[in-house]
Amino acid sequence: MEQNILEIRHLSKSFGSHEVLRDIDFSVSKGDVTSIIGASGSGKSTLLRCVNLLETPTSGDILYHGEDIRTLKGGAPAYRTHVGMVFQSFNLFSNMSVLKNCMVGQIKVLHKKKDEAHAEAMKYLEKVGMAPYINAKPHQLSGGQKQRVAIARALAMNPEVLLFDEPTSALDPEMVGEVLAVMRTLAREGTTMLVVTHEMAFARDVSNRVVYMNDGVILEQGSPDDLFNHPAHQETKDFLSRFRSA
Amino acid sequence: MENFAKLWQDILKLWARNHTQYLTGALSTIELAVAATFIGCLIGLVCGILQTIPYRKDDPLPKRVVLGIVRAVIRIYVEVFRGTPMILQAVFIFYALPYFSNNALRFGSVNVAAYFVVSINTGAYMAETVRGGILSIDPGQTEGAMAIGMNHVKTMTNVILPQTIKNIIPQIGNNLIINIKDTSVMFIIGYTELFAVHKGVVGATYLYFPSAVVEMAMYLCMTVICSVLLRAWEKKLAGPANFDIATTDTLAHTSGMTTYVEKKEDD
Repeated sequence: MEQNILEIRHLSKSFGSHEVLRDIDFSVSKGDVTSIIGASGSGKSTLLRCVNLLETPTSGDILYHGEDIRTLKGGAPAYRTHVGMVFQSFNLFSNMSVLKNCMVGQIKVLHKKKDEAHAEAMKYLEKVGMAPYINAKPHQLSGGQKQRVAIARALAMNPEVLLFDEPTSALDPEMVGEVLAVMRTLAREGTTMLVVTHEMAFARDVSNRVVYMNDGVILEQGSPDDLFNHPAHQETKDFLSRFRSA
Repeated sequence: MENFAKLWQDILKLWARNHTQYLTGALSTIELAVAATFIGCLIGLVCGILQTIPYRKDDPLPKRVVLGIVRAVIRIYVEVFRGTPMILQAVFIFYALPYFSNNALRFGSVNVAAYFVVSINTGAYMAETVRGGILSIDPGQTEGAMAIGMNHVKTMTNVILPQTIKNIIPQIGNNLIINIKDTSVMFIIGYTELFAVHKGVVGATYLYFPSAVVEMAMYLCMTVICSVLLRAWEKKLAGPANFDIATTDTLAHTSGMTTYVEKKEDD
């Protein structure tokens, strides 16, 4: 059967006395495209950041191929090379060109040779349609272009899972499409993705699993058809109806 | 007008008589200022980097203790050397060694003492500048680096420090220019720089004002030249304002590409 790449068990996270995540359980298997939806403040982003250890979970386990990531060889940095992340605010290195952004991790972290890293970077920059802009610095690009480069940078590390933290929320409306198009292509090619998003159309049409979060817990999860057409909880219905009427 | 003519005469007289001293004095000043600013920047860089090593409550105790001590020591260093006049620091350090060792130990030369004092004084200011520079970099840059598997050292050397250094160049320039002027207090321990030359010259000629005019002009020349050079460096690090579209589509090159031709990068 399908192998679970990631397994999250009883994960909780508190900031001081404020409990943001409570007893989260879910898993990611190869080829899954999982969308995490929910209202602002429901803990979606915190969950994603916990999965990448940008936040330290207060309690619970995260297993990578069955192994606890806290005891993984190489620690958090090594783990993160397998689990790439795309941020809402892009976070491209502003001191490097587009090409360098996609090469630096391969060279400094994966210790690849320069020409190999170059070829790999070009492959993914072409995929996201940013190959003509390799000489540009991040500040010379539009938001959509930056996010596409950020996706190429994450892909160039050849991760097993790619996490997206609201990748289109900081974009002007006319640039959302180009980023979603790239993500659709990746999904079609079988990339394992975990996407926190407010793009309901993407969650419905592209992902094969949707997780609805409410107030720090996973209230409901299932296929897009189940969740969007036959939601089991009133909260889910209310949340979805707000998007329908909009 | 008569007075100006007289001033000009006096200046020419001074220059004819003492131009070698003035020029070697200026050279000593610039040597001391540049070297001390450079060493001070290195001290500041090291202090700034050490101070910003992150630690969390759940880190092992020894790590937290060591980092806590490092931060305290740097803090004391900064407060002491930023909070006392450099002229006193010079006296203090220059005479402390022989005082405590009954003249057995002393600085080998006045030059060593002067370089030492100005360097650690600049270092105290630069420590805070670098710390501020590092903290001012968007935390997203660190997260971006962490997300592709960089550890703290790799994040610092590849992402944070290159941006920090670019941002603090104006402050490095400030320190260099301050040092060019403030090294004049090193006459107190007998270091012969430009201002010490003035004291020597007027002692022999009594031409106080003309000599001061010469000195003013020379100091201003040195600081302005340094300003211009630092601006040029800053501009160089900022990189080109435009970029070339890299494409095999020849039609894309029909317009807007002629003014900007990037040099071939070998990587």
